Amino acid sequence: MKNQKKSIVPTLLIGISVVFFVVMLVLPLVIVLYRSLKDGLALYVKAITAPNTLSALRVTLIAASIAVLVNTFFGLCAAWLITKFEFRGRQVLSTLIDIPFSISPVIAGLAFIMTFGRMGWATPFIDWINSTFGTDIALVFSVPGVVLATIFVTFPFISRELIPVMQAQGNAEEEAAAMMGAKGFTIFRKVTFPHIRWTLLYGIILCAARAIGEFGAVYAVSKTRGQTFTLTLEVDALYMAGGADSITQAFAVSSLLVIIAVAILLIKQVVEYRAKRTEEA
Amino acid sequence: MYVQLNHITKKFEDYEAAKDVSLGVEEGRMAALLGPSGSGKTTLLRIIAGLEQQDSGDVLIDGKVVNDVPAGERGIGFVFQNYALFRYMTVYENIAFGLRVQKRKKEEIDARVMELVHLVGLDGLERRYPNQLSGGQRQRVAFARALAPEPSLLLLDEPFAAIDAKVRKELRLWLKNMISQVGITSIFVTHDQDEAVEVADEILVINEGRLEQAGAPIDIYKNPKTSFVAQFIGSSAVLSDFRGLKGFEDVPAGRQAVVRPEFVEAFKSDNEKFKSLIADTESGVITNIAFRGSYLELTLDVNGIQLTTNRSLERRPVHVGNPMCVLIYRAYILDGENTRIYENRRLEGVDVESL
Amino acid sequence: MKSTHTKRKQRSVIPGRGLTMGVTITMLSLLILIPLASILTYSFRLSFSEFIELITRQNVVRAFRTSISCALIAALINSVFGLILAWVLVRYDFPGERLMDAMIELPFALPTAVAGITLSKMYSDKGLIGQFFAKYDISISYTKIGLTIALVFIGIPFVVRALQPVIEKLPPSLEESSAMLGASRSYTFRRVILPELTPALLTGFGLALARGIGEYGSVIYISGNSEKNGTQVVSYVIMQKLNSGSADYEGAAAIALVLLIISFLLLFFINMVQLAAGRRAS
Repeated sequence: MKNQKKSIVPTLLIGISVVFFVVMLVLPLVIVLYRSLKDGLALYVKAITAPNTLSALRVTLIAASIAVLVNTFFGLCAAWLITKFEFRGRQVLSTLIDIPFSISPVIAGLAFIMTFGRMGWATPFIDWINSTFGTDIALVFSVPGVVLATIFVTFPFISRELIPVMQAQGNAEEEAAAMMGAKGFTIFRKVTFPHIRWTLLYGIILCAARAIGEFGAVYAVSKTRGQTFTLTLEVDALYMAGGADSITQAFAVSSLLVIIAVAILLIKQVVEYRAKRTEEA
Repeated sequence: MYVQLNHITKKFEDYEAAKDVSLGVEEGRMAALLGPSGSGKTTLLRIIAGLEQQDSGDVLIDGKVVNDVPAGERGIGFVFQNYALFRYMTVYENIAFGLRVQKRKKEEIDARVMELVHLVGLDGLERRYPNQLSGGQRQRVAFARALAPEPSLLLLDEPFAAIDAKVRKELRLWLKNMISQVGITSIFVTHDQDEAVEVADEILVINEGRLEQAGAPIDIYKNPKTSFVAQFIGSSAVLSDFRGLKGFEDVPAGRQAVVRPEFVEAFKSDNEKFKSLIADTESGVITNIAFRGSYLELTLDVNGIQLTTNRSLERRPVHVGNPMCVLIYRAYILDGENTRIYENRRLEGVDVESL
Repeated sequence: MKSTHTKRKQRSVIPGRGLTMGVTITMLSLLILIPLASILTYSFRLSFSEFIELITRQNVVRAFRTSISCALIAALINSVFGLILAWVLVRYDFPGERLMDAMIELPFALPTAVAGITLSKMYSDKGLIGQFFAKYDISISYTKIGLTIALVFIGIPFVVRALQPVIEKLPPSLEESSAMLGASRSYTFRRVILPELTPALLTGFGLALARGIGEYGSVIYISGNSEKNGTQVVSYVIMQKLNSGSADYEGAAAIALVLLIISFLLLFFINMVQLAAGRRAS
């Protein structure tokens, strides 16, 4: 609002925004840090180095890295398919990919239990594999189950970011490369990839953030503390134990997740800025 | 014929882009696919390139059917509309791309790229990125990139569409000279008849997925074979009623006719030069005068029929409302899909050319 | 000349169609569609009357009512504050603007469980904010108010992020021409700007609502999950059925199916809004 007589409106709107922002978003962060250190540093250190916490950190990192890898691969394939080719059902396909975005994470967990759980229809198949190959695969109430549930909830994150950017880009450069005899992977690597690298990184960050923070879906498929629990499940377990110390420990573990979250937001901001700049260039 | 299309058809959902098109371009020629937007001309170009697959029919290049040869292996250079330069590569890398794909030797690539950079006059700009170039420079890069792998055929899709009007004329000449210098068979797509006339040796007029007429620019202009060509080439008035116009009394009723500005002469009744012809003219009134830069375009009302003619600035000034004597030398009479030239009967025996 | 081929498939010069089609459909089926279909097949083990009986049980109906009403209120609150925040972030410069812009997405990045326990402590009768309200005998944690606050927290970025790009693209000439015609600023906002923002606002609202109805992690701590007070949400009821001694899979599947249908309807609604907006823009 330039060149206008001084109005109270901007000040008022900024005021409302700042109050909302501080109360709803900043205060909770402060509270996590405050509560985690309330009973001293010793308890804090004890909490975050407890075997259960370390095991949970391990599971979280495993699940998040696999989810990021799988969804990056999927996201690139799906975005290529949807933006480079015309085919019937393209719109339906892109809606189907977005499903996990709008359904309850609890449903995701439930879906895996009902597929691979004790009563699941795929269980005899898994049992057959196990007895034939002497393996011991369990797809629910196990780390693989946690990984599957994490992949499910973060499934569309990368393709969603890539599709609009690749759509705006058009296909002319790829066609030009193909005209000159370049093959599939060369076209992707030399022509498409430079356009999408920041967007891809941005999608990976979002995917990682969501994977690390997922709760509802993994809650349904993970039952063993110290083995298949992720950090968020560990927070829940400590908090639900109910003792004053245990609640403080829950906040201590939470503070780790808060730090990760804030770091991700900062990286994201930088990447977003870069992505915007290359897009404009 | 170096490039030949035999009975090509192509349908996109409910849009027929090519309806049984057959055409040919001889080696070393520069042909223009000319037509209005949506006529299917770009689709034909893309079918030749292999960027689009025809539903039926054959594409032949140098006598060989290339229907199943992938685009990248047809030995074609393609200049895209808006150029599709690789934005993340320098001018050098853009031009070198096709050579790198062919895994040529490094020195060979370097020599070829520098040769082309020099040829298109971009010396010193090799390290620039496409967004650091002007529209004309980008076109030069696109041209050089397409030529780098030494294709035997060059295709250009609306090569001047992305360039502003001022530079366009200059670039047309440049491109024409450049292509004749390289001596490569070329086909380009355009919707601009001036462009086609100026640059091409041969024009292929495309309309609604069909080839209307093919020939040298002057033939297309002088002997339009179809009503579409008669109307599309040149700025023409289409008349649906000819009866009563002197010299055209014999035209069968109900026929349409196309009258080009060059076919119309308008002069004042005291004009000395045309004195002998005054009896053969119609009387008209100037309803509009448009200044076209180097001449005037007059719109005349002749008994309710609107005609246009161009008038040299060297002649006497005229004003809206002036009565004029209007002479029509000839017209294209549309006879179904065909056209024929109909000369003004009253001018038979008059040496019009010498006027 | 005889054509050398009969019928040809639609083919693009850009390679990878078959490969990416295969990968996309296989992964989508294995990881998303087949597991979801299991819920459907599980529900079908019930007869229709059993299904109806299960989903019309008092606690289930109550949970749906709670989830939907709280998510609706939260989405409405978010539409108002989201609009203000997005407007302020795009149109005004002030210290801390970029920090605020970055932190808007905190609810996306912060694990829901962490948000849940934190909000629950913050708004409890002894908590930083809860204690003020406690003085007036208002409890926030373990009531529907707390539940709604958690959903406001979760939903705010959806609205802000849907609106921001649209506000950025609003041509200033729009407001200027309205002002030139003598419209007041509030009139300009209501009649010129708001209609431009409506599709984005509806999208943000729909996404926040969809997320709110299915939300689990951030609400279970603050809501108290009391059947008596009507603070159980649908996700909680499903989870409860899974965790109870004799895991009631059929019951869980039946409720999940209803929840899925609601999600699909919302997804459909959002798609329609975007399609309509896209059509108008072109």
